[in-house]
Amino acid sequence: MNTAPLKPGEVSLGTTIMAVQFNGGVVVGADSRTTTGSYIANRVTDKLTQVHDHIFCCRSGSAADTQAIADIVHYNLQLLAAQEGEEPTVQKAANLFQQLVYQNKDALSAGIIVGGYDKYNGGSVYSVPLGGSLHKQPFCIGGSGSTYIYGFCDAEYKENMTKEECVDFVKRSVALAMSRDGSSGGVIRLAIIDKNGVERIFVPGNQLPQFFEG
Amino acid sequence: MSSIGTGYDLSSSTYSLDGRIFQVEYAMKAVDNSGLCIGLRAKDGIVLAISKLVHSKLLVPKSNKRIASVDQHIGMVCPGLIADGKALIKRARAEAQNYKDNFRMPISGKMIADRMGQFVQAYTLYSSVRPFGCSTLIATYDSVGPSLYMIDPSGVYWGYFGCAVGKNKQIAKAEIEKLKLNELTSRQAVMEVARIMYSVMEDDIKDRDYEIEYTWICDESDKKHVEVPSDLIEEAERKAKESLDDDDDDDMDDE
Repeated sequence: MNTAPLKPGEVSLGTTIMAVQFNGGVVVGADSRTTTGSYIANRVTDKLTQVHDHIFCCRSGSAADTQAIADIVHYNLQLLAAQEGEEPTVQKAANLFQQLVYQNKDALSAGIIVGGYDKYNGGSVYSVPLGGSLHKQPFCIGGSGSTYIYGFCDAEYKENMTKEECVDFVKRSVALAMSRDGSSGGVIRLAIIDKNGVERIFVPGNQLPQFFEG
Repeated sequence: MSSIGTGYDLSSSTYSLDGRIFQVEYAMKAVDNSGLCIGLRAKDGIVLAISKLVHSKLLVPKSNKRIASVDQHIGMVCPGLIADGKALIKRARAEAQNYKDNFRMPISGKMIADRMGQFVQAYTLYSSVRPFGCSTLIATYDSVGPSLYMIDPSGVYWGYFGCAVGKNKQIAKAEIEKLKLNELTSRQAVMEVARIMYSVMEDDIKDRDYEIEYTWICDESDKKHVEVPSDLIEEAERKAKESLDDDDDDDMDDE
């Protein structure tokens, strides 16, 4: 997802990321490839960044830009939680991302998906793509690899999935994108966020779901 | 050590020898001169009311409102120096809008009270400014429910079931304490506010021109801060005046 041009040598998260709502929470997932041009700068990157106890963001675009944005949002959510005496909602977190991306749209290359759990709305997913718009969706895919799996995801997504079904859906979707997209690959990283907290899942590169390759 | 007249009251950035800040206490005196202002938190909403003397016959009736809306769900009134109150209301509106811009959510009562408390407190710190000559009542209806806060000129704020500020506030407070605010509806609260207003102000403004302003935020008003419907005000004031007359009659009988 690099329509805003990267500087020469800038590290890119040519990426597959996604977040999916299920009843009671959210599953977020990503591949692990970070590139500078054709060189893989990191093959075990964690593109899922925790910005509060029950809120994650999935980062795509410039690694530097998205890390900086996530740091700012993390700071603001910590501050907000201290002031309000309760955990911030996912909606508030998403809006902070949106404000930052929109106000700096000329300088940034960042496509972000926000997913998390809060007591008012349960699990929810928001997408903040390049221009800085904000979209609430039951599930969302992003990054260069996502273009290869739109059809798959539309066909396979079901409302009110269980946690297990949801994890399986994310794994298969990301694996398919990784196999077709040259800028995605490595391992799959997942996070399951619900009222009990966060569970991280790691799928090594030699244990990815297998599909037809030809 | 005598605590007055020794030069410690000239600046709010200087403590007196016994640890007080006289400028802040004088600001509270300024509030005490205000027309009576009452806030009641009923079970389904909040009622705000303030009485004001009409100092000129040339003023358009019901103009010059003292109770302001800060957001759809926030009402605010600043008994005390009117111009200071306007500045606080302006600030509160800026805070509410700023919160909305950042989080796309209406600000909670707790947050707006905290922000305004900080703002008022900052004006007790510097020799170049004077503390606000008003207390601030903030009425909100948010996801937590109805809540009522009052901020002193010192910047401290508390949440209240009911509070009274201004002339004869002690008498009004004693009346409010008799109410069962957890059981009262907002409609009943309007009646009580009017009754207390009239009974407390009776002697003070007998032959002078005055107005009482009433607003509320409740389920009936769709959780929005609006003026209390005029028919309800009329009914409340009629009953309040009747109860005053009854009291007078009782007094007569006793004599």
